[in-house]
Amino acid sequence: MSTISGAQAVIKALEREGVEIVFGVPGGAILPAYDPLFDSPIRHVLARHEQGAGHMAEGYAWATGRVGVCIVTSGPAATNLVTPLANALMDSIPIVAITGQVATTSVGNDAFQEAYTTGITMNATKHNYFVTDPDDIPDVIHEAFHIAATGRPGPVLIDLPKDILNAHLEWHKPPKLDLPGYRPTVDGHPRRVKEAVKLIEEAKRPVIYAGGGIIKAGAAENLKRFAERSNSPVVTTLMGLGGFPGDHDLFLGMPGMHGTFAATSAIQKADLLVALGVRFDDRVTGNPDFFAPHASVIHVDVDPAEIGKVRQAEVPIVGDVGKVLEQMLEIWGDKPAPDHTEWLEKVSRWRNDNPVRYDQQPDGPLKPQFVIEELYNRTGGDAIVVSGVGQHQMWTALHWKFSRPREWINSGGLGTMGFGVPAAIGAKAGAPERTVYLIDGDGSFQMTHQELATASEEGFPIKIALINNGVHGMVRQWQTLFYGKRYSGSVLGRDTVNYPMLAEAMGCVGIRVETPEEVGPAIEKSLSINDRPVLIEFVVDPDEMVFPMVPAGGSNDQIILGPEDLT
Amino acid sequence: MTKHTLSVLVENRAGVLARVSSLLARRGFNIHSLAVGPTADESISRMTIVVDAPELEQVKKQLHKLINVVKITELDPKSAVEREVALVRVSTDGQKRSDVLEVATLFDAIAVDVGVSTIMFLVAGAPDKVNDFVELVRPYGIADLVKSGRVALARDQKNRKLRTS
Repeated sequence: MSTISGAQAVIKALEREGVEIVFGVPGGAILPAYDPLFDSPIRHVLARHEQGAGHMAEGYAWATGRVGVCIVTSGPAATNLVTPLANALMDSIPIVAITGQVATTSVGNDAFQEAYTTGITMNATKHNYFVTDPDDIPDVIHEAFHIAATGRPGPVLIDLPKDILNAHLEWHKPPKLDLPGYRPTVDGHPRRVKEAVKLIEEAKRPVIYAGGGIIKAGAAENLKRFAERSNSPVVTTLMGLGGFPGDHDLFLGMPGMHGTFAATSAIQKADLLVALGVRFDDRVTGNPDFFAPHASVIHVDVDPAEIGKVRQAEVPIVGDVGKVLEQMLEIWGDKPAPDHTEWLEKVSRWRNDNPVRYDQQPDGPLKPQFVIEELYNRTGGDAIVVSGVGQHQMWTALHWKFSRPREWINSGGLGTMGFGVPAAIGAKAGAPERTVYLIDGDGSFQMTHQELATASEEGFPIKIALINNGVHGMVRQWQTLFYGKRYSGSVLGRDTVNYPMLAEAMGCVGIRVETPEEVGPAIEKSLSINDRPVLIEFVVDPDEMVFPMVPAGGSNDQIILGPEDLT
Repeated sequence: MTKHTLSVLVENRAGVLARVSSLLARRGFNIHSLAVGPTADESISRMTIVVDAPELEQVKKQLHKLINVVKITELDPKSAVEREVALVRVSTDGQKRSDVLEVATLFDAIAVDVGVSTIMFLVAGAPDKVNDFVELVRPYGIADLVKSGRVALARDQKNRKLRTS
């Protein structure tokens, strides 16, 4: 009887799942698995830090819709993965993380590089496994990919003790799923779906409130058809941008704390909210007691726990949002679109009268919004856009017209600063033929910028627009508005780091831009370089703020549109 | 806050109890009692969880998200049998012994360990009965007390007339 090692089984099982690339950092406990990986067609990308490896797997999953994989060792490597795992759990990103562990004979003895990985990550994963029998490896890996990718996607971790990797097993037949407690609902309940369609037909002021679920479910096409068929305006959350064409007549933008006036107001005045793959996040609702006060709610989500968690739904539908939209379209049939002329005129007026605005003076300080609009224009919007977390992320969400799914990659729920650089590398790995433009802030960037070395070494020519205002801009904005301009602990220094030099030192091209007229040529130059990563530092006005804004916990009826509203 | 009893079937795997208790803690639900043991099918265990929560919908939905949770039933005390076991060591100094034994007889509590100045009783039954026994012997002095946590099963809804307790 021929046997293989646990380590060989791990790699073989990954190959069987169709894995083409893994992001990782080797170390003691995981070393056995790295040996067969050396001979495998699976490509390994050596990250500089395990957090980077995790975010790369997330960026890859975002860009491709496939499961991203990262592999690291035990102890500190596993604890460094906690942030990407928590991020993937919040934003429903399918990744599988493989961690080494000390030998089962040492587990619990505080051995070198031992951490209780499954315990620590229990609440940062959709599920995790601690493998104590080498025979379990093939099935566990198969289950992990299944759990990560189905239902509400999320991170799954597999902890593999070193002696289990070194033990032998018989490689068996097709893997099996033994998950009696895991059966995600796909089809919406037909009676509920019928009720939903009836409510939509009768509504006078409907709003479709669509989120990340649209992207995960591959439901953008069905959403567009349904919006047009039912003649309903659409808002998409931060996570849902690109799930509906940004230049569509029915599109009102993103609602919420930094949402457009039209999107936020339409929800406030709506008589029906068609919530598709959303979770009524506090950044959208503000104070939920004042959110959409006149609206009945149809809530479609694949995760039953999201329905009724924040807002009771008149029509709750558990199911895959793409499938449910298909069911709704079928019931709708050839019925004519309802006449919502008055409502659509009103929301269009809100949209046209209240565009997101900023003031770029030709000889004034450089405005970040101008940089982002120039990036959009010069790329023709044809790029995968990645961001970190903070002001630059909100400006990108507001000023870039996302039109296709999976072209906008950012950290929403967890708000993970430092997500940008590694996520952009992962996205480029998944979509090498696309332009991947990271729009990052100097605060976010400095949390993971060591991964620029990974981008250079591994040949991922990403492009970076570094919006350098020298401060933690979102923190500063709150301090300006709510803490009497006392900038406690939020100043990074705009000239402290020579970013072009840093980029050059890491094998990238570095460019500095300080005036509006330099912006266009610098972007053109970045687009012409495809053999190396390029970083453009845009030195911008530290006092620029993100508007519109609804202060945290406030009512969405009170939107601050710009600095002139502040007095 | 209202107490609710949940009967939860879980896969009998290492770490499941930690997942359940950790999830309840993370979502801010207070566990009043939790009893766990195998069922007739050795691959499945049953947890009887009594939680303090204004409403159970979220607790149930969150528990269902755990991959190893197979089935959740909320038990209505009116259509379920709920039982508890307690071991109570009561002080029986001086003249108290016969009084204590008299209370124990009323509650069908069994003396399982008799010492010079204490007796340990085993009392089993509906949670109210166990509580009442504890309260009645409390004035004599309770030296030690342990409760099993509630265990419960739904009654057979098809055979209501055969109910014997």
